[in-house]
Amino acid sequence: MTATAEAPAPEVGAVPSFEVTLKIRRFLPSDDAIPTFGEPFEAEPRWDEFRVTVHGTDRVLDALHKIKWEHDGSLTFRRSCAHGICGSDAMRINGRNRLACKTLLKDLDPSKPIVVEPIKGLPVVKDLVVDMEPFFASYREIMPFLITTGTEPTKERLQSPQQRERFDDTTKCILCAACTSSCPVFWTDGQYFGPAAIVNAHRFIFDSRDEGGAQRLEILNDKEGVWRCRTTFNCTEACPRGIEVTKAIQEVKRAMITRAF
Amino acid sequence: MTTIADPKAPRPSRPGPTRRSTHGNTEMVAWLFMRVSGVILVVLIFGHLFVNLVQGEGINAIDFGFVAGKWASPFWQVWDLLMLWLAMIHGANGVRTIISDYAEKDSTRIVLKSLLYVATVVVIVLGTLVIFTFDPCPPNSPTDLLPSFCER
Repeated sequence: MTATAEAPAPEVGAVPSFEVTLKIRRFLPSDDAIPTFGEPFEAEPRWDEFRVTVHGTDRVLDALHKIKWEHDGSLTFRRSCAHGICGSDAMRINGRNRLACKTLLKDLDPSKPIVVEPIKGLPVVKDLVVDMEPFFASYREIMPFLITTGTEPTKERLQSPQQRERFDDTTKCILCAACTSSCPVFWTDGQYFGPAAIVNAHRFIFDSRDEGGAQRLEILNDKEGVWRCRTTFNCTEACPRGIEVTKAIQEVKRAMITRAF
Repeated sequence: MTTIADPKAPRPSRPGPTRRSTHGNTEMVAWLFMRVSGVILVVLIFGHLFVNLVQGEGINAIDFGFVAGKWASPFWQVWDLLMLWLAMIHGANGVRTIISDYAEKDSTRIVLKSLLYVATVVVIVLGTLVIFTFDPCPPNSPTDLLPSFCER
């Protein structure tokens, strides 16, 4: 005699649901340029905890949505496509930089509070939203566009599969800043170009159609360029697209050395 | 009514000093030096350790006479000089990068780097001086402590 016969059999294909606590870093720094809509400015960041019921298929982003829509509408974060392509929702989840839309809650040990912070090294605008301008300034500096000389060909610029393969890895970048904001050198020195800018320079330096490689190498040979990389591999671990970031940086270093000697 | 900043207005330039171009390859040379000197130092240091601690009588052979005998030979003078210079510059450059990485305030960085450079120069100059001005046979010393080639 068992109780199993009386318990309703779980529906086939049903997704289990569970409770999870999210510990979110909240901050609204004083800045005249940002409207507050009645919320008071804060001198210090604070931690807010929310307990929500989620499903086994839910991601951190779904939990954040649930909090914003059902618990506290003032919680602020960025997201656009919500499917790991736009790169808007990079944040520090349980101490690691990840995309909230690609991180399943069930993979994060839901028995403990899940800690969500803004990415480090960039000024916080509000809660999980940071000012990405320093990041994009570095990106613009490496000239992320095709540079060619001579007359434009009448058909497309041809390239062999092998030539395309050379920089395939670095074309995957979605500019989410997970790598740059995981870099300890970038944390202490915001002048460092950061992994993302170097990855995007790599994408053009090793493109057979591009002729601006020398200029880009010259830019990255700067005091705050590739030589500040300490090969800690934080960027490779953080990249939600699986780009071998540190390897790309090393390849740029090697290109500089072989160019100089 | 609160007005908000025009999102399409031109952005103010980045806070802090703008990135200075260093014209020249100082950082690249420093990076390359660390790799090259590292490889050479592995050979020099392990050779040094082997000759001093393993070969022959091993560690028991080390005394004033042993060191004096080594520094009487130009081979060991050059070996130790290279080891001194490479190790000191390699180490100083390593600490320099650590200071650059971790000291956020300009004043802290200047003080730490000045201390580092002074210490490095003092050790290199002093060490070089000792290697080249070392007297293996100081007068009026007990003969049993001196290397064998000293005249009694």
